[in-house]
Amino acid sequence: VDTLSCEELGTRGVNQRLKTLEEPASVNVTHPRGRHNLAVGLTAEISISVDGNAGYFLGGLGGDRRGRGPQIDVHGFVGWSVGENLMGGVIRVRGSASQSAGASARGGLIMIEGDASLRAGISLKGATVAIAGDAGAMTGFMAQAGTILIGGNTGHGLGDSLYEAVIYVAGTVASLGADAVVQEMTDDDVLEVKRLVERTGFDHIEPDRVTKVASARQLYHFSTHNHSAY
Amino acid sequence: MCGVIGILIRDPALEPALGSMLVPMIDALADRGPDSSGVAVYADGDPFGVGLERGPGSLPDLSGDSVTRVSLGSDRDLDWAQVGADLESQLGAAVTVRVFETGAVVRSSAVGQLLDVVRSRWPDVRLLGLGRALSVVKDTGRPEATCRRYGIGTWQGYLAVAHTRMATESEVTVLHSHPFVPAPDLCVVHNGSFSNYASARRPMVAEGVVFDSDNDSEVASRFLAGRLEVGDDLEEATRWVMKEMDGFFTLVITTDGAMSVVRDAFACKPAVVAETEAYVAVASEYRALAELPGISCATVFEPQPEEVYTWTR
Repeated sequence: VDTLSCEELGTRGVNQRLKTLEEPASVNVTHPRGRHNLAVGLTAEISISVDGNAGYFLGGLGGDRRGRGPQIDVHGFVGWSVGENLMGGVIRVRGSASQSAGASARGGLIMIEGDASLRAGISLKGATVAIAGDAGAMTGFMAQAGTILIGGNTGHGLGDSLYEAVIYVAGTVASLGADAVVQEMTDDDVLEVKRLVERTGFDHIEPDRVTKVASARQLYHFSTHNHSAY
Repeated sequence: MCGVIGILIRDPALEPALGSMLVPMIDALADRGPDSSGVAVYADGDPFGVGLERGPGSLPDLSGDSVTRVSLGSDRDLDWAQVGADLESQLGAAVTVRVFETGAVVRSSAVGQLLDVVRSRWPDVRLLGLGRALSVVKDTGRPEATCRRYGIGTWQGYLAVAHTRMATESEVTVLHSHPFVPAPDLCVVHNGSFSNYASARRPMVAEGVVFDSDNDSEVASRFLAGRLEVGDDLEEATRWVMKEMDGFFTLVITTDGAMSVVRDAFACKPAVVAETEAYVAVASEYRALAELPGISCATVFEPQPEEVYTWTR
């Protein structure tokens, strides 16, 4: 296993070295100390361990359109927008994540073992965001496609202005956002949650006891009743 | 973008290290605010180190309770060494002066007299700060360079606030820089913006509030100070800021012995806190905290929106 020290190479140096690696390479990134933009834009199916706390945009823009990409394991917490615009691959954060985790992510899996701050999964476009702990206010804001799994409780405004993404919550929901509704769990939903629990190891979540939140679809269709407002 | 920083020292043994803790934090947030910066330091003694004040060896004893620190600054190019010398010759034993490139910190046992002299001799000079323990310096240009030129790494004290500014609402000058000190020993730094600051300022001006700049954050800080003056606690006062002012903020607010942080309802602007038995530090980003002593054992968390967190000395 190679080691890339952020202290020695700087952020750009580390990212350039990561870019040259091919599967099945395995590498440790050390001394991250809250640096932004680590391990971004990588497509090879390599394995990256980040030994410490990372800053904004960790692993962002990674993966390819077939959903393949690097496996990134962060042994610490991350700042804003972990896995922003992710296309594929897997990001596991052992600590908590700050705001906008998985923003606009289209593919891949983002796992957060701690809590996620406000607006996790904002504008999600197909990826899976799994949070073992609590999720902050406005989680899933305007999420268009994909799945958000929350093992703990959520803040206010869950799923505000949701499109077709689906949110599963094991704990309590402080309040729903505009156009978000609780729907009955179907057998397929239970299977989906079961599969996610197996994949993430978040086995404190009981698949048949979660709450499903989805769009009421009242907000994003134009309605002739509201003609005067447009 | 801007960077906000606060450190409250709990273990007095760390007070001599305040500046050396502060500089890496400012360096880390320099890219969030590359156009200007400001530092406020609270100290019981001399924050700038022994022998740094003018006229070493002949310093009058100004350690009594009646001594006030007055931080001066101006957007006009002034020969601050000359200003310092003039103040000393005019006020004699009543002052000690530490001059900087863009201002001076004067310790005085006769503040009224000092301010009269300043107003009549240098009408372009403004009060950057006033208080028992508080000294304020501000300058334009890269914050890292300001730290080196001013020797901020050697400063001492029990509480410091710093700001790196990326101006969005008003000019880049010394007087437009943070921190703002709207009342004695009360210091405010702001990351964010307020869009209705002109209309919020108008009734305040009508009530007699005097402004040193047209900065949006100065309006918020003077509004906050006004609410505190009429008896609001900090939570009520910040609630009024949210009610009356339209914008986003992370605010770090300090008084003689306390540091507070509060974020707007949407937590639009970042903040991270690191708390240990020896100190509490707040910064816009974690990387500004990453070099602090004992950070691996610190409790690190993000302040929740609309919640006022306060730590005392």
